[in-house]
Amino acid sequence: MNAVAPMGRAPSLEATGMTKIFGPLVALDDVSISVPAGSFHALLGENGAGKSTLVKSIMGFYSPDKGSVKLDGKEVSIKTPKDARAHGIGMVYQHFTLVPCLTAAENLVISRADAPSVIDWRKEKKALSEFMETMPFKVPLDAQVATLSAGEKQKLEILKLLYLDQRFMILDEPTSVLTPGEADEMLGLLGDMAAKKEITVLMISHKFREVKAFCDGFTVLRRGKLTGSGDAQSASIAEMSRMMIGDTEVRERAARTQHNDKREVLELAGIFAEDAEGTPVLSSINLKVNAGEIVGIAGVSGNGQSALVEVLAGQRAMSDGAIRIQAQNFAPKRSNFDRYKVFGLPEEPLKNATVPRMSVAENLAFRAFDKPPVASLGWWMSPGPLRKRAEELIKLYRVKTTSPDAPIETLSGGNVQRAVLARELSGDVDVLIVANPCFGLDFASVADIRSQIMEQRNRGAAVLLVSEDLDEILELADRVAVMSGGTITYVAAIQETDRNVIGQHMAGH
Amino acid sequence: MDNSIFIVLIAMLGGAIRVSTPFMFVALGECLTEKSGRINLGLEGNLVLGAMVAYAISFHTGNPWIGVLAAGGSGLILGALHGYICKLPKVNDIAVGIAIMSFGTGVAFFFGKPYIQPSAPRLNSIPLGDWTGNASLAQALQVNPLFFVGILLAVLMSWAFANTRWGLIVRMTGDSAASARAMGVSVDLVRFIATTIGGMLAGIGGSFLSLYYPGSWNQGLSSGQGLMAVALVIFARWDPIRCIWAALLFGAAGAIGPSLQSVGITQGYYFFNAAPYILTLFIMIASARSKGAAREAPGELSITK
Repeated sequence: MNAVAPMGRAPSLEATGMTKIFGPLVALDDVSISVPAGSFHALLGENGAGKSTLVKSIMGFYSPDKGSVKLDGKEVSIKTPKDARAHGIGMVYQHFTLVPCLTAAENLVISRADAPSVIDWRKEKKALSEFMETMPFKVPLDAQVATLSAGEKQKLEILKLLYLDQRFMILDEPTSVLTPGEADEMLGLLGDMAAKKEITVLMISHKFREVKAFCDGFTVLRRGKLTGSGDAQSASIAEMSRMMIGDTEVRERAARTQHNDKREVLELAGIFAEDAEGTPVLSSINLKVNAGEIVGIAGVSGNGQSALVEVLAGQRAMSDGAIRIQAQNFAPKRSNFDRYKVFGLPEEPLKNATVPRMSVAENLAFRAFDKPPVASLGWWMSPGPLRKRAEELIKLYRVKTTSPDAPIETLSGGNVQRAVLARELSGDVDVLIVANPCFGLDFASVADIRSQIMEQRNRGAAVLLVSEDLDEILELADRVAVMSGGTITYVAAIQETDRNVIGQHMAGH
Repeated sequence: MDNSIFIVLIAMLGGAIRVSTPFMFVALGECLTEKSGRINLGLEGNLVLGAMVAYAISFHTGNPWIGVLAAGGSGLILGALHGYICKLPKVNDIAVGIAIMSFGTGVAFFFGKPYIQPSAPRLNSIPLGDWTGNASLAQALQVNPLFFVGILLAVLMSWAFANTRWGLIVRMTGDSAASARAMGVSVDLVRFIATTIGGMLAGIGGSFLSLYYPGSWNQGLSSGQGLMAVALVIFARWDPIRCIWAALLFGAAGAIGPSLQSVGITQGYYFFNAAPYILTLFIMIASARSKGAAREAPGELSITK
């Protein structure tokens, strides 16, 4: 057992010449990374750059085709995640690996390789509370994991690594579910532990702010190759970002134009909604969005944002309240979406805005298949015009697909997003509802999608942008609203507020 | 009048004790299977086959307890079959369960034909009510040992789910297969074992039908009790102790019709005989509407996913 963490036990890790080939794809090409004992190292790179492949090769999920791993200077052979565990290397994944129906204490005890067949809870609870005493953050031991907040779950994941004595920690974007305050607190505490040489941290991240604030070293990957490494404190953000995106052409951001016309277009009046168990998820949402304006809704995930988007998309019934568009009551039905020119890009578009197994062309026609030229008499569909229209949109929005007839689920995330945008933005847009549009996309796609949203605003559309990425809101929004606990707690014009104030409201203060 | 209420209540108590045992065993078996993240609708097949095998073995060996063991063995085999088939890729556990149900009853009817006529030695009961001096109470308190085995089993399961590594692993597998795999647990193996043991329990439940109450083997013996028991698990919200209460309630409801008849109320006899089934229906509606039910369902069940 490891009740007390002794000082100076942080291991160093060095991976040399790591290469991993999947069929025709070289996912990792001769990458070396060195993480000294007690350091807080950032692993940077776009989606698909090979960060996951690298850490999964270190963790033993993949067996690398070439390369070796040295721990504390000694070469080790890690064939399975079990080996990694035995060597004290642990990882916190983006999706939690805690079991929701078990309590925190049960999760910790069962994760141990030597969990006893009959558990003496009195003894274990005592050992656990002693262990908790030595830890910088606490989690209620008897609470069922399902009832913990995302931040507490993240802390419990890290506590689990410490409980299992895994002192080389790999964290995969650990702050994506935390408020800026929680993220800073957690990274600060881990940084302190690293500075005391209790742990060594390798953190996958794409947030330069956190890298600058907490990390001491960094390594950058691009398309499976090492493109740079160095001291995170002396390197500038511009340098790091150049290493990440290279000379990829990034579309220039559409500029924000001034509008004089301030018609009110979308109004949410006292919206309430409940989840399947009858617990309120939205209470008293009041918000107005004007023409030619982007209102950004910030908040930590799980504070009702998805429920709000579902209500607006007609996927969830409201228990009270009204949606008004141009001062008329709006029921979210297909006919009304057409009539009021309401369009949307929900989060996880593959799940929420497409039929994954239908073809790209069919998915692109969802808004138009019952109108001429695709349909005549309102019901007879002709595949010719449908395909022709799809080909035009695919070209215009640069959707990368093998053919318009390929199932849309075979496209990459960014291209599904582009396809849905192509469908939703190709017409005349009055109201646009967007949720986490750039989640998991590479720089070029992010720039592309953000400027399209900005173009719609400049054209005079009322845009509601729900995003968990505060930087996205700070970049795009004219006004920002913060959602916390299912209601809007704060609204301000973007020039009258800043990250700290928004962050405090996100945390519910 | 007071006397007849007393008689009805005693009859219901007797019914609860007498009828509940097979429900108990099937529900506990299903509870274990579902806790591991799989649904076995085929337990009706295990129940009928168990009843037939127990009767036949008891007839040939002259010892009903060997029959009980054999019934458990037949249930074990059917459960293992379900567990193995579900392990194959792209197999739906519900469809396999329905197939196993037909298979089990079919096999039982096929081999059970010669055993409808002969009389086999039956299980004895423990008279717990003789000291009361009341004939009907004494009759109601004739308890079969299997009843206690069932209750003991429920307590044991409930304890094991909270206090043993195996219990935690079963719950983990049922709630989040991904986490279980991340911890190096073989999800398929855990489910295979849980389904197999669950099948064995249902088989033992079947032996009670043919060897104690009603106490003979015929094709209409079970009349869907195995399926009802699966529904009881949802009503009991995957808690072994609550499975016992649900089975007792169900047994008591089944005794309403006959006991009312015994005190002279014959009106609506068939309606009262349907009481358990009507009860099941309402229980299902009520539990589906219950707010807590969704949270207690194991996350990996194909009905909750």
